[in-house]
Amino acid sequence: MCLAIPGKIVETKEIDGIRIGRVQFGGVTREAYLDFVPEARLGDFVIVHVGFAISRVDPEEAVRTYRLLEEMGREEA
Amino acid sequence: MTACPVPLAAKDRILLGHGSGGRLSAELIREVFLPFFRSPVLNQMDDQAVVEVGGSRLAFTTDSFVVKPLFFRGGNIGSLAVHGTVNDLAMGGAVPLFLSAGFILEEGLDTAVLKRVAEAMGRAAEAVPVEIVTGDTKVVEKGCGDALYINTAGIGLVPEGIRLSPSRVRPGDCVLLSGYLGDHGIAILAEREGIRFETELASDSAPLHGLVADMLAVSREIRCLRDPTRGGLSSTLNEIAARAGVSIQLEETAIPVREEVRGACEMLGLDPLYVANEGKLVAFVAPDAAERILTAMRRHRLGRDAVLIGTVSEKHPGLVVLRSSFGTTRIVDMLAGDQLPRIC
Amino acid sequence: MKYVDEYRDPRLAKALVGEIRRAATQHWVLMEICGGQTHTLVKYGIEELLPPEVELVHGPGCPVCVTPLEIIDKAIAIASLPDVIFVSYGDMLRVPGSSSDLFRGKASGGDVRIAYSPMEALRLARENPARRVVFFAVGFETTAPANAMAVWQAKREGLRNFSMLVSHVLVPPAIRLLWASPGNRVQGFIAPGHVCTVMGFTEYEELAREYNVPIVVGGFEPLDLLEAILMLVRQLEQGQTKVENQYARSVTRLGNEAARRRMAEVFEICDRSWRGIGPIAQSGYRLRAEYAAHDAEKVFGVETITASEPAECISALVLQGLKKPVECGAFATRCTPENPLGAPMVSSEGACAAYYQYRRHALVGAAR
Repeated sequence: MCLAIPGKIVETKEIDGIRIGRVQFGGVTREAYLDFVPEARLGDFVIVHVGFAISRVDPEEAVRTYRLLEEMGREEA
Repeated sequence: MTACPVPLAAKDRILLGHGSGGRLSAELIREVFLPFFRSPVLNQMDDQAVVEVGGSRLAFTTDSFVVKPLFFRGGNIGSLAVHGTVNDLAMGGAVPLFLSAGFILEEGLDTAVLKRVAEAMGRAAEAVPVEIVTGDTKVVEKGCGDALYINTAGIGLVPEGIRLSPSRVRPGDCVLLSGYLGDHGIAILAEREGIRFETELASDSAPLHGLVADMLAVSREIRCLRDPTRGGLSSTLNEIAARAGVSIQLEETAIPVREEVRGACEMLGLDPLYVANEGKLVAFVAPDAAERILTAMRRHRLGRDAVLIGTVSEKHPGLVVLRSSFGTTRIVDMLAGDQLPRIC
Repeated sequence: MKYVDEYRDPRLAKALVGEIRRAATQHWVLMEICGGQTHTLVKYGIEELLPPEVELVHGPGCPVCVTPLEIIDKAIAIASLPDVIFVSYGDMLRVPGSSSDLFRGKASGGDVRIAYSPMEALRLARENPARRVVFFAVGFETTAPANAMAVWQAKREGLRNFSMLVSHVLVPPAIRLLWASPGNRVQGFIAPGHVCTVMGFTEYEELAREYNVPIVVGGFEPLDLLEAILMLVRQLEQGQTKVENQYARSVTRLGNEAARRRMAEVFEICDRSWRGIGPIAQSGYRLRAEYAAHDAEKVFGVETITASEPAECISALVLQGLKKPVECGAFATRCTPENPLGAPMVSSEGACAAYYQYRRHALVGAAR
């Protein structure tokens, strides 16, 4: 479960002890709650589900997976 | 599990879905209105009716505008009303001439708001140009309306020799799209309570009669024109496929969608193919005229991004089939009601 | 879009499919659990690309589909009360209850509103102190942190007019039930990547050990699913039964501890009934006693109506992966998206709706 997409944190603020950010998804920006990703910083990508960030996208892992796929793609070609 | 009698087929009340331009809307017209409004012209269910009066062919259309919010980036209910009606006429190849404007206002509506709408409407009409020659105003009690609704009717003249209709569409025809999908629907959604998000995106609301005139000037081999408004490209193409008894094969990679629209759709779980447009058209044209017509479209401000998105086929009549970026195929079905944001 | 487009690359998809073809030497039956994963498979026609040796069965990963009839009926009853503003995720509105649905409830005068996030419902409660705002908290574990936050915040603020109708369900108990079902043919699972983002995958390690079944935690883009399928096929070919994490850019073994802490403060595990499947012990969340004031079931003493499905609906079998939607006698004839007999046809994630929307022509073609 299920519909959650990666977006870039473009602003963070704290309101009443709760950390909120503005997250950008391909050209549109929306508010998202960041309390569940205390390690996420401005410029990081987070996975957002119903207005809450549930994880910080690990750029190393993302690159690793992608490199593997690229490798496969080259072999196939 | 134990047996249970009847599934929920009883349609005893009007639902929001009945106004969405999808299957429920079509059903409503077929079951409630057509049986009583007996007219061969009406039965064709085109966006406009073309009638013969004293040797001339008049295009005649009506439309209603209930958009919320009243003012949005790229337009407002007033300019939308003018453009929407002009476009219905333009899809019949008609030169738009006259409009009527009927207002249903909620008691308590701020007069300044109404003035802004009227001003916008007047400006939009002058820019076409089309004359608003008659109108009406009714006021309903507070709580019975949503501040402001507009109903319009439009009359235009269809030039000699122009006959645009889904019935003319045939296998082999090319399907052209004048530009980016989903701008209007997403611009409106961005301001909707419960969903609100930030975007620079503006509604694409615009009058298309000029673009249509340019297209007809280079070729008469245009079979049918439609503007994909509520229900999006999908509803429009499904209607035409059904009416013409053909299938429409689309190339997913050819369909232009702006990054902002994509982002919003990904976030909300929506499909751009079902999102409303207010300044775009789809054209069904003879294959050897396609190139020429595309060139003409791209010379016009409103057709700069025009592309070929698919072809008409006789396989699987009535269906709209999309070839994905992976080369696999899927059906683009007609929605039942409104497209709903999803969580899954 | 970054971290999205890269995982939709057709060239790499082709490469993965090639690898899968090379890897599979015998027939394997795999199940993807999450509705969002089903959506991707069907949208990109992945099954069309896979070799015949690899068969995919769609699991019960649609919280909308499995929300019990009784809860839908309760939701409609609450929504019809004049002072209530009933707020829900969009998909829930069309799910049929015993005799109506929330859309019809809206048409009959209920104030039913769609929200993208539970925090919108909270905002409505603040702005409408004279109304009672009820949020329909449906979902798997992925949505639980958000729902927990909303009610936690409501209690903190003393927002007395806010309550939640909770119908959360958990994935691992469903897998256990599926595994125990006599007709089960599934040999490997693609675990739901966003559920695991929150929960981690230690529960799945338990399942893999107990049942000797390979499990791969998969993402939601086509390349994620293809890679997960490849990983599963490779394990099966080698007789391995471990848990692997394909979706490592979002999922870690222990998941999101901050989220789970908030969930633990608010929710406790309870028995839940799954529509189309029946009661599964310890398979859901309910609000803890401290949150009773914000528990819509307690605030609104709505009577339970014992509800039942239309006889023709085989959603039970479809949700368990025992039958495909096309094997249902009513599929695409008496049961369609405008006239759904059961939940899997309503929810865009439901197996039946997904099949209907996207695959009808293949079936039409096959029938000719």
